[in-house]
Amino acid sequence: MNRREFIATGGALIVSFALPAWGQKLPGALDKEPMLDAWLRVAADGRITVFTGKAELGQGIKTAILQIAAEQLAVDLNAVELVTADTARTPNEGYTAGSNSMKDSGTAILHAAAQAREILIAEAARRLGAPAETLTAARGEIRTREGKRISYGALVQNELLHVRAAPQSKLTAARKYMGKPVQRVDIPAKVTGGVAYVHDLRLPDMVHARVVRPPSYGAKLKSIEVEPVAKMAGVIKIVRDGSFLAVIAAREWTAVQSMRALRAQAKWEETAKLPRDIYATLPRLQSQDTVIAGAETQVPQGARILEAEYRRPYQLHGAIGPACAVARYENGALTLWTHSQGVYPLRGAIAELMSLAPERVHCIHMEGSGCYGHNAADDVAADAALIARSLPGKPVRVQWMREDEHAWEPFGAAMIGKTRATLDASGNVSGWQYDVWSNTHSTRPAGKAGELAAARLVEKPFQPSPPRPIPQPEGGGDRNAIPLYKFPARVTHHFIPEMPVRVSALRALGGYMNVFSIESFVDELAAVAKADPVEFRLRHLDDPRGRDVIRLAAERFGWDTYKKQNGRGRGFAFARYKNLAAYCALAMEVEVEREKGDLRVLRVVAAVDSGEAVNPDGIRNQIEGGILQSLSWSTFEAVMYNDTRITSRDWGTYPILRFSHVPQQLEVHVIDRPGEHFLGTGEAAQGPAAGALANALAHATGVRVRELPFSPRRLRQVLAA
Amino acid sequence: MKLDVNGRLHEVDADPATPLLYVLREDLKLNGAKFGCGLGQCGACTVLADGEAIFSCLTPISVLQGRRITTVEGLGTVEKPGPMQRAFIDRQAAQCGYCIPGMMMRAQALLEKKPAASEAEIREALQPNLCRCGTHMRIVHAAVRAGELMRGKS
Amino acid sequence: MANIPSARWTPASARAKKTLLSAWRLFAEVVLAGVLIVLAGFAGCASESPIAPGAQPQSFPREQVTKGAELAHLGNCLGCHTAQGGKPYAGGTPIKTPFGTIYGTNITPDADTGIGRWPLEAFTRALREGLDREGRHLYPAFPYDHFTKLTDEDIAALYAFLMTREPVRQENRTDKVPIPRAFVGVWKSRYFTPGAYQPDTARGAEWNRGAYLVQGLGHCGACHTPRNKLGAEEKNAAFAGGEVEGWHAPALNGSSPSPVPWTADALQSYLRRGIADLHAQSAGPMQEVTHDLSHASDEALRAIATYVVSLDTRGEDERRRHADAALERARKVKAMQGNAIYDGACADCHNRGRAEEGGALELPLGTALTVPTPRNLAYIIRDGIVPPEGERGPWMPAFAGMLTDGQLTDLLNYLRALSGEPAWPDVAREVRNITRGDQ
Repeated sequence: MNRREFIATGGALIVSFALPAWGQKLPGALDKEPMLDAWLRVAADGRITVFTGKAELGQGIKTAILQIAAEQLAVDLNAVELVTADTARTPNEGYTAGSNSMKDSGTAILHAAAQAREILIAEAARRLGAPAETLTAARGEIRTREGKRISYGALVQNELLHVRAAPQSKLTAARKYMGKPVQRVDIPAKVTGGVAYVHDLRLPDMVHARVVRPPSYGAKLKSIEVEPVAKMAGVIKIVRDGSFLAVIAAREWTAVQSMRALRAQAKWEETAKLPRDIYATLPRLQSQDTVIAGAETQVPQGARILEAEYRRPYQLHGAIGPACAVARYENGALTLWTHSQGVYPLRGAIAELMSLAPERVHCIHMEGSGCYGHNAADDVAADAALIARSLPGKPVRVQWMREDEHAWEPFGAAMIGKTRATLDASGNVSGWQYDVWSNTHSTRPAGKAGELAAARLVEKPFQPSPPRPIPQPEGGGDRNAIPLYKFPARVTHHFIPEMPVRVSALRALGGYMNVFSIESFVDELAAVAKADPVEFRLRHLDDPRGRDVIRLAAERFGWDTYKKQNGRGRGFAFARYKNLAAYCALAMEVEVEREKGDLRVLRVVAAVDSGEAVNPDGIRNQIEGGILQSLSWSTFEAVMYNDTRITSRDWGTYPILRFSHVPQQLEVHVIDRPGEHFLGTGEAAQGPAAGALANALAHATGVRVRELPFSPRRLRQVLAA
Repeated sequence: MKLDVNGRLHEVDADPATPLLYVLREDLKLNGAKFGCGLGQCGACTVLADGEAIFSCLTPISVLQGRRITTVEGLGTVEKPGPMQRAFIDRQAAQCGYCIPGMMMRAQALLEKKPAASEAEIREALQPNLCRCGTHMRIVHAAVRAGELMRGKS
Repeated sequence: MANIPSARWTPASARAKKTLLSAWRLFAEVVLAGVLIVLAGFAGCASESPIAPGAQPQSFPREQVTKGAELAHLGNCLGCHTAQGGKPYAGGTPIKTPFGTIYGTNITPDADTGIGRWPLEAFTRALREGLDREGRHLYPAFPYDHFTKLTDEDIAALYAFLMTREPVRQENRTDKVPIPRAFVGVWKSRYFTPGAYQPDTARGAEWNRGAYLVQGLGHCGACHTPRNKLGAEEKNAAFAGGEVEGWHAPALNGSSPSPVPWTADALQSYLRRGIADLHAQSAGPMQEVTHDLSHASDEALRAIATYVVSLDTRGEDERRRHADAALERARKVKAMQGNAIYDGACADCHNRGRAEEGGALELPLGTALTVPTPRNLAYIIRDGIVPPEGERGPWMPAFAGMLTDGQLTDLLNYLRALSGEPAWPDVAREVRNITRGDQ
């Protein structure tokens, strides 16, 4: 029974509270799903269930939402059950992406739970004949001053919570859970071998499948002799639909081996032409140019014009666990267990791929290995759906191999940023111009099959939708392209629709590259102005919360008392993610060994302002992770390819951070601002970490490196002789 | 053939060439060891064989007869977590958590041999294992903490 | 049943340095026996005259320094002059010998502890004659028997490069070798022939360039040529295969054990990237060398490849027969099942071959199976072949801990049989030694 059916059979609608005026903006995702009981329900036995359309991606969203719900409902944390992204049960919250979960879902549940508490108190007041303001809610009960009590369960009859959200509800002042470093609810299972991921799902009669992916983009399966593989012991079926080729086996290892055998038999026609030099290619492709800021601004013709060009290569999401999904096709309906970031958009895409009505597709989120954006999660779900259709009634588990994940996930886009600025006589920035060239940063299958890898391989292939830029203020390639500093800036986004290489959303999107460019260039300007980099930033920044994180990071790092040693250097950077989410400033010290080109970060100090900090330790965990992931991207990572094929196919051909290059110290200081809006944090650190690394590298060596990554090979080249 | 996993003998009906990982996950229904690369590059599948950390994705069960295999399930339970598990919970040392059991097993191998291993030694021992969420600092701190718990420090 | 100890998860560059271990062992046996008898006779060979300290710091043309950088890579100088985790060129690298340990020296331009006060003349004399600035004999672990062939121009470029490195104040560690340096003087008088490279006018420029680099700066023979009882390279067996760090350095001449004989193209690719079609990837001490050579110019690598391939004097027909036989064996192995360990642990990659995506070399094409000792193969299985950190490269996983001594012995015997060569003698003992001695 889905939610709507539940409501339909639930009896008479009783609307206890006046509806807000239509068109009035509701907090967070309530604006899209305004019914309270879409977000939370109280059963007659008092059990509380909270529903979020967002998914746990390892960012700790489940815990933070439980904290919010328990706090506002005045119940114990473990009294609340949380249901996450499920097309039959939860609100449609689109994608769990863009660091929006707390802003959207957290805010919605905060207000829904607070309003529910008010409703319960009002109902108790009516029943008990006591004034509402004399009643208190605690532990699932409403109590009078005299000690009379009535449980939530007893109060919720007759669709009490089936009401539209009010624009204003009274938030509790209690801070039993919110603002506290509550331990993550998902960690115990993860460290004891519990069922924690879709990878761990075992259904009765489940079989295993592997897909034979083509060797290159657009390759067509010319011929395949399936007989020898079909005869292998344990092989159940070989599935072919056009160039989509897969094998189903009773056991997982048999699936792997038979996939290899099948691959050895497959003959492909390869047509891909990959660009040899992407930085020469990108500006030559046709672009749609949009001036996103300062259309009237011109860089003044001053004496001191500085120009620079920054580059970022294709980079991988690189989940440690390759993508996985389980599908069961039965009686013309599909159930899909997936770690997609968007179960509703995926449902639409799968429905189109399978020619099913969306209602016949049920997508249930289960956790995957960390995704960091749009990786292969949706693609493997499509694989599973196609394969399951050929074996009705049996659950089919499909997992990608390491080489599939490396070569076929959509990468973070290669980008070029060009900066140009002038300094006035007093060393202040008097004009700034920034141009950024990029492909799209989202090719998510938002209800359309054409974005799914398998959909382009089937006999009647689906075409991808034309790529579109993500509009400001969030932006895609131009995310964070507008500096938050107060100098006049003209910013142009050169959006390139043609994609030589498959790309999509990688954590922070263009924000990673743009903050790297801006913060590198700010340091270059500060050097010309002979100014201290921190002082130079503060000089150009009015935003008080931005100034606070900058000052805090500098102070805790000991910026003013830093003594430079040979081979070492310090760097600083700052950004507010998307110019509307969390603020993050960080300082770091690096050591560079020129002969080996070895760059090591010794110490990092970060300061972050995420508004009201629901779980300060969760924020620290996200910022720490963002910093280390960015250090990995920025030090080591670039996808390699030849004229036809992606050649980064494992961790040997795409090295990432290992423990030897993990900093000795890493501190994150959280500025908590109770009562302020929740500000997305999961992608706040990546840009600043890259900027600070570039600046520290320059400080340590005297050489400014403007192309990522700062790999040993590149550093040996630029630092040689 | 028979496999000794977490102190129990299991009769396993699988091709002797099957890598241990698939037997653990499919036949023994143990979730701890994870498939990451199948190439010995990431360590997500790490388990112990007679106390040595091994890549279970590369080890055929045929070579494991008569050897003591330990997975993260063998370190304790949700109700009664062992020191390594307690330390990872105390230090909140996970984001997505996919790499974590492999990290725990590699740290366990070191600490069983050298309970007073230093932070530097722990970092060195963890070098074969990859984490993508950037939880490295917490993983190191949790392993240090696990050593303390094993040595009876509270 | 002892397990193989855990892999030292270290790139080749961090391993123990070229020790010329067995050479020193022989040297020890012979020299110690004769110490008393010849002691008196050595008195006259104590040292040469010192060269006065030069002025510093010095500056050099940028092109000269850049050239020196490439030469330093060609000579793998970093290898012996940088300790694990230490500063580059600051020395301290332990080199274990039967006499004790000697240490790579500090060759940074630090005035007091490095070579900062060495004038070019002293640097040249060290390379050409094996003497330090004070005029004392250098142990032949420093391969001046090769460096003596260098041109003035190349020596000056190397000097310019080293003199512009970051000076590191790090005292040289005292060699723990209780043999007076005077003995080295005697050794030199017998085995060391100073003198620049003499071109072979019958050969082309590229060949001569290659010969100069291989015999000189590259000091390839230091590992690939066998040594006599006194640790000197056997000139009449040049490039017939030698020993280094417990590894066998395969022959490069007509007795090359490479299942598919090398061509200049294949060798050039191998030197540049550590891997070539139809050949095993570089491993052990050679991995560090190919990593260094990845910075060399195409011209230099082509010349080296041309010269080295010319050392294999077998006729074209014979080479082709060798290659065909190896390829045939490789084809057969793909279809074979025979060893539970191989089928479970190796076949998933190695039966696919490099032509398949993610596949690895068919093992009958691997040199580690055809060299005279199982040690190379045992090391590769135990430690894997892992690219230096942060660098790209093919990846053979480390199987340390997975196999018991008995299982490793079985596997080595099985793989040797795949090569078509006669069985290795006493593999079990070799495995025990490796497990115990860690080398």
